[in-house]
Amino acid sequence: MNRMEKTDDRKYQAKQNLEDYKERLGQAKVAIAGLGGLGSNIAFALVRSGVRNLHLVDFDRVDESNLNRQQYRMEHIGRYKTEALKEELEEIRGDLCITTDCVKVTPDNVAELFGTEEILCEAFDRAEQKAMLVETALSQLPEIKVVSGCGMAGFSTGNSIRTRKISSRFYLSGDETNGVESGLLLTAARVSICAGHEANMAIRLILGYDEP
Amino acid sequence: MITINGEKKEGYEEVSIEDMLSGEGFHRDRIAVEKNGEIIPKAVFSKELLHSGDVVEVVSFVGGG
Repeated sequence: MNRMEKTDDRKYQAKQNLEDYKERLGQAKVAIAGLGGLGSNIAFALVRSGVRNLHLVDFDRVDESNLNRQQYRMEHIGRYKTEALKEELEEIRGDLCITTDCVKVTPDNVAELFGTEEILCEAFDRAEQKAMLVETALSQLPEIKVVSGCGMAGFSTGNSIRTRKISSRFYLSGDETNGVESGLLLTAARVSICAGHEANMAIRLILGYDEP
Repeated sequence: MITINGEKKEGYEEVSIEDMLSGEGFHRDRIAVEKNGEIIPKAVFSKELLHSGDVVEVVSFVGGG
Protein backbone atom coordinates (compact mmCIF):
# COMPACT_ATOMS: atom_id res chain seq x y z
CA MET A 1 0.00 0.00 0.00
CA ASN A 2 1.46 3.39 -0.92
CA ARG A 3 1.27 6.45 1.31
CA MET A 4 -1.84 7.87 -0.32
CA GLU A 5 -3.68 4.56 0.01
CA LYS A 6 -2.67 4.28 3.66
CA THR A 7 -4.06 7.75 4.37
CA ASP A 8 -7.27 6.88 2.55
CA ASP A 9 -7.50 3.65 4.50
CA ARG A 10 -7.11 5.50 7.82
CA LYS A 11 -9.69 8.08 6.77
CA TYR A 12 -12.05 5.29 5.78
CA GLN A 13 -11.49 3.56 9.13
CA ALA A 14 -12.06 6.83 11.03
CA LYS A 15 -15.26 7.41 9.07
CA GLN A 16 -16.45 3.87 9.77
CA ASN A 17 -15.70 4.34 13.48
CA LEU A 18 -17.60 7.61 13.51
CA GLU A 19 -20.61 5.97 11.84
CA ASP A 20 -20.42 3.12 14.34
CA TYR A 21 -20.25 5.54 17.29
CA LYS A 22 -23.19 7.56 15.98
CA GLU A 23 -25.19 4.38 15.55
CA ARG A 24 -24.43 3.16 19.06
CA LEU A 25 -25.17 6.53 20.69
CA GLY A 26 -28.40 6.85 18.72
CA GLN A 27 -29.59 3.41 19.82
CA ALA A 28 -28.55 3.70 23.47
CA LYS A 29 -30.75 4.90 26.29
CA VAL A 30 -29.70 6.75 29.42
CA ALA A 31 -31.81 7.41 32.51
CA ILE A 32 -31.19 10.55 34.56
CA ALA A 33 -32.47 10.79 38.13
CA GLY A 34 -32.66 14.41 39.25
CA LEU A 35 -32.90 17.26 36.75
CA GLY A 36 -31.07 20.05 38.54
CA GLY A 37 -27.59 21.39 37.91
CA LEU A 38 -26.19 17.94 37.26
CA GLY A 39 -29.12 16.28 35.52
CA SER A 40 -30.12 19.09 33.16
CA ASN A 41 -26.51 19.57 32.06
CA ILE A 42 -25.99 15.82 31.64
CA ALA A 43 -29.10 15.68 29.44
CA PHE A 44 -27.92 18.56 27.25
CA ALA A 45 -24.47 17.03 26.86
CA LEU A 46 -25.87 13.60 25.96
CA VAL A 47 -28.34 14.93 23.39
CA ARG A 48 -25.74 17.14 21.74
CA SER A 49 -23.40 14.12 21.65
CA GLY A 50 -25.97 12.03 19.80
CA VAL A 51 -27.86 10.14 22.52
CA ARG A 52 -31.49 10.12 21.38
CA ASN A 53 -33.25 8.05 24.03
CA LEU A 54 -33.52 9.52 27.50
CA HIS A 55 -35.56 8.77 30.59
CA LEU A 56 -35.86 11.89 32.76
CA VAL A 57 -37.00 11.62 36.37
CA ASP A 58 -37.67 14.46 38.82
CA PHE A 59 -40.64 15.53 40.98
CA ASP A 60 -39.72 19.19 41.30
CA ARG A 61 -40.67 22.42 39.58
CA VAL A 62 -38.26 25.05 38.24
CA ASP A 63 -37.48 27.75 40.81
CA GLU A 64 -35.79 31.09 40.26
CA SER A 65 -32.88 29.94 42.45
CA ASN A 66 -32.16 27.16 39.92
CA LEU A 67 -31.23 29.50 37.10
CA ASN A 68 -27.64 30.03 38.33
CA ARG A 69 -26.63 26.56 37.18
CA GLN A 70 -29.51 24.61 35.70
CA GLN A 71 -30.49 24.58 32.03
CA TYR A 72 -33.78 26.42 32.50
CA ARG A 73 -34.89 29.95 31.70
CA MET A 74 -37.19 32.48 33.41
CA GLU A 75 -40.09 31.33 31.27
CA HIS A 76 -39.82 27.86 32.87
CA ILE A 77 -40.25 29.02 36.48
CA GLY A 78 -43.07 27.10 38.13
CA ARG A 79 -43.12 24.34 35.53
CA TYR A 80 -42.19 20.72 36.15
CA LYS A 81 -38.53 20.13 35.33
CA THR A 82 -39.37 16.95 33.43
CA GLU A 83 -41.62 18.89 31.03
CA ALA A 84 -39.43 21.99 30.70
CA LEU A 85 -36.28 19.98 30.04
CA LYS A 86 -37.95 17.65 27.54
CA GLU A 87 -39.14 20.67 25.56
CA GLU A 88 -35.74 22.31 25.62
CA LEU A 89 -34.01 19.12 24.44
CA GLU A 90 -36.52 18.68 21.65
CA GLU A 91 -35.58 22.12 20.40
CA ILE A 92 -32.00 20.87 19.95
CA ARG A 93 -32.97 17.95 17.75
CA GLY A 94 -36.26 16.69 16.48
CA ASP A 95 -35.74 12.92 16.53
CA LEU A 96 -35.48 12.35 20.28
CA CYS A 97 -37.40 9.76 22.24
CA ILE A 98 -37.74 11.11 25.78
CA THR A 99 -39.82 9.52 28.49
CA THR A 100 -40.45 11.35 31.75
CA ASP A 101 -41.57 10.44 35.25
CA CYS A 102 -42.57 13.29 37.51
CA VAL A 103 -42.20 11.42 40.81
CA LYS A 104 -40.01 11.37 43.88
CA VAL A 105 -37.60 8.44 43.76
CA THR A 106 -37.81 6.21 46.84
CA PRO A 107 -36.44 2.73 47.62
CA ASP A 108 -39.90 1.40 46.72
CA ASN A 109 -40.05 2.67 43.14
CA VAL A 110 -36.42 2.38 41.98
CA ALA A 111 -36.96 -1.07 40.42
CA GLU A 112 -40.17 0.02 38.71
CA LEU A 113 -38.64 3.26 37.38
CA PHE A 114 -35.24 1.98 36.28
CA GLY A 115 -35.72 -1.80 35.92
CA THR A 116 -35.22 -1.79 32.15
CA GLU A 117 -32.36 0.74 32.03
CA GLU A 118 -28.74 -0.09 31.27
CA ILE A 119 -27.18 3.19 32.34
CA LEU A 120 -28.42 5.43 35.14
CA CYS A 121 -26.93 8.84 35.92
CA GLU A 122 -27.57 9.76 39.55
CA ALA A 123 -27.98 13.53 39.65
CA PHE A 124 -29.74 14.31 42.92
CA ASP A 125 -28.70 17.15 45.20
CA ARG A 126 -29.03 15.64 48.68
CA ALA A 127 -26.35 13.23 49.90
CA GLU A 128 -28.94 10.90 51.48
CA GLN A 129 -30.88 10.65 48.22
CA LYS A 130 -27.70 9.90 46.28
CA ALA A 131 -26.75 7.13 48.71
CA MET A 132 -30.28 5.69 48.62
CA LEU A 133 -30.44 5.55 44.82
CA VAL A 134 -26.96 4.08 44.36
CA GLU A 135 -27.58 1.40 46.98
CA THR A 136 -31.07 0.49 45.78
CA ALA A 137 -30.28 0.46 42.07
CA LEU A 138 -27.09 -1.59 42.43
CA SER A 139 -28.62 -4.08 44.85
CA GLN A 140 -32.00 -4.55 43.12
CA LEU A 141 -31.05 -4.25 39.45
CA PRO A 142 -28.29 -6.73 38.60
CA GLU A 143 -27.53 -5.37 35.11
CA ILE A 144 -27.66 -1.60 35.61
CA LYS A 145 -24.57 0.60 35.56
CA VAL A 146 -24.71 3.68 37.77
CA VAL A 147 -22.76 6.88 37.28
CA SER A 148 -23.09 9.11 40.31
CA GLY A 149 -22.08 12.70 41.11
CA CYS A 150 -20.39 13.55 44.38
CA GLY A 151 -18.58 16.79 45.22
CA MET A 152 -18.88 19.78 42.90
CA ALA A 153 -19.71 22.74 45.16
CA GLY A 154 -17.54 25.78 45.78
CA PHE A 155 -14.82 27.46 43.78
CA SER A 156 -11.81 25.20 44.30
CA THR A 157 -9.91 23.88 41.32
CA GLY A 158 -11.95 22.15 38.66
CA ASN A 159 -9.04 19.76 38.22
CA SER A 160 -10.01 17.93 41.41
CA ILE A 161 -13.22 16.71 39.77
CA ARG A 162 -12.61 13.31 38.22
CA THR A 163 -14.34 9.99 37.64
CA ARG A 164 -13.45 6.88 39.61
CA LYS A 165 -14.53 3.35 38.89
CA ILE A 166 -15.65 2.00 42.26
CA SER A 167 -16.66 -1.42 40.91
CA SER A 168 -17.77 -3.03 37.67
CA ARG A 169 -21.17 -1.27 37.72
CA PHE A 170 -20.50 1.85 39.79
CA TYR A 171 -18.71 5.03 38.70
CA LEU A 172 -18.33 8.16 40.80
CA SER A 173 -17.71 11.63 39.36
CA GLY A 174 -16.76 14.65 41.46
CA ASP A 175 -14.13 15.79 43.95
CA GLU A 176 -15.83 13.66 46.67
CA THR A 177 -15.17 16.44 49.20
CA ASN A 178 -16.87 19.75 48.48
CA GLY A 179 -20.56 19.54 49.39
CA VAL A 180 -23.28 22.04 50.20
CA GLU A 181 -23.20 20.86 53.84
CA SER A 182 -20.06 22.95 54.33
CA GLY A 183 -21.94 26.07 53.23
CA LEU A 184 -20.40 26.06 49.75
CA LEU A 185 -22.30 27.51 46.82
CA LEU A 186 -23.18 25.60 43.69
CA THR A 187 -22.29 27.40 40.50
CA ALA A 188 -22.81 26.67 36.83
CA ALA A 189 -19.14 26.26 35.94
CA ARG A 190 -18.09 23.72 38.56
CA VAL A 191 -21.37 21.79 38.56
CA SER A 192 -21.21 21.46 34.80
CA ILE A 193 -17.68 20.03 35.01
CA CYS A 194 -19.09 17.23 37.13
CA ALA A 195 -22.11 16.87 34.82
CA GLY A 196 -19.68 16.65 31.88
CA HIS A 197 -17.83 13.87 33.67
CA GLU A 198 -21.02 11.91 34.27
CA ALA A 199 -22.23 12.40 30.69
CA ASN A 200 -18.84 11.45 29.28
CA MET A 201 -18.73 8.29 31.41
CA ALA A 202 -22.20 7.34 30.18
CA ILE A 203 -21.04 7.88 26.58
CA ARG A 204 -17.90 5.82 27.20
CA LEU A 205 -20.00 2.96 28.57
CA ILE A 206 -22.28 3.13 25.52
CA LEU A 207 -19.24 2.93 23.25
CA GLY A 208 -17.84 -0.03 25.15
CA TYR A 209 -15.12 1.65 27.21
CA ASP A 210 -15.50 0.64 30.84
CA GLU A 211 -12.58 2.57 32.34
CA PRO A 212 -13.12 6.22 33.39
CA MET B 1 -6.59 -7.68 57.86
CA ILE B 2 -9.43 -5.81 56.10
CA THR B 3 -8.87 -3.18 53.40
CA ILE B 4 -11.12 -0.15 53.81
CA ASN B 5 -10.91 2.50 51.09
CA GLY B 6 -7.46 1.28 50.14
CA GLU B 7 -6.08 1.26 53.71
CA LYS B 8 -5.26 -1.93 55.56
CA LYS B 9 -7.03 -2.04 58.93
CA GLU B 10 -6.64 -4.39 61.89
CA GLY B 11 -9.36 -5.41 64.33
CA TYR B 12 -12.42 -5.68 62.11
CA GLU B 13 -12.32 -9.43 61.42
CA GLU B 14 -15.69 -11.03 62.31
CA VAL B 15 -17.07 -7.56 63.09
CA SER B 16 -20.31 -6.41 61.44
CA ILE B 17 -20.26 -3.73 58.77
CA GLU B 18 -22.46 -1.66 61.09
CA ASP B 19 -19.84 -1.73 63.87
CA MET B 20 -16.96 -1.10 61.48
CA LEU B 21 -18.77 1.95 60.10
CA SER B 22 -19.32 3.43 63.55
CA GLY B 23 -15.73 2.58 64.49
CA GLU B 24 -14.49 4.46 61.45
CA GLY B 25 -16.90 7.35 62.01
CA PHE B 26 -18.92 7.10 58.80
CA HIS B 27 -22.30 8.82 58.51
CA ARG B 28 -24.65 5.87 57.90
CA ASP B 29 -27.27 7.72 55.82
CA ARG B 30 -24.84 9.24 53.34
CA ILE B 31 -22.80 6.26 52.30
CA ALA B 32 -22.79 3.40 49.86
CA VAL B 33 -20.82 0.33 50.92
CA GLU B 34 -19.29 -2.24 48.63
CA LYS B 35 -17.63 -5.39 49.88
CA ASN B 36 -15.46 -7.28 47.40
CA GLY B 37 -17.17 -5.42 44.55
CA GLU B 38 -20.75 -6.08 45.65
CA ILE B 39 -23.06 -3.43 47.05
CA ILE B 40 -24.19 -4.14 50.61
CA PRO B 41 -27.68 -2.79 51.42
CA LYS B 42 -28.07 -0.89 54.71
CA ALA B 43 -30.68 -3.42 55.80
CA VAL B 44 -27.95 -6.05 56.27
CA PHE B 45 -25.18 -3.86 57.77
CA SER B 46 -25.72 -5.35 61.21
CA LYS B 47 -25.77 -8.97 59.99
CA GLU B 48 -22.97 -8.87 57.41
CA LEU B 49 -19.63 -9.78 58.99
CA LEU B 50 -16.20 -8.83 57.71
CA HIS B 51 -13.59 -11.50 57.16
CA SER B 52 -9.86 -11.35 56.75
CA GLY B 53 -8.94 -10.35 53.21
CA ASP B 54 -12.19 -8.47 52.52
CA VAL B 55 -11.87 -5.32 50.48
CA VAL B 56 -14.41 -2.69 51.48
CA GLU B 57 -15.13 0.55 49.69
CA VAL B 58 -17.21 3.11 51.58
CA VAL B 59 -18.33 5.96 49.35
CA SER B 60 -19.30 9.03 51.39
CA PHE B 61 -21.67 11.28 49.49
CA VAL B 62 -21.72 15.03 49.84
CA GLY B 63 -24.63 17.20 48.76
CA GLY B 64 -24.91 19.23 45.60
CA GLY B 65 -26.28 18.70 42.16
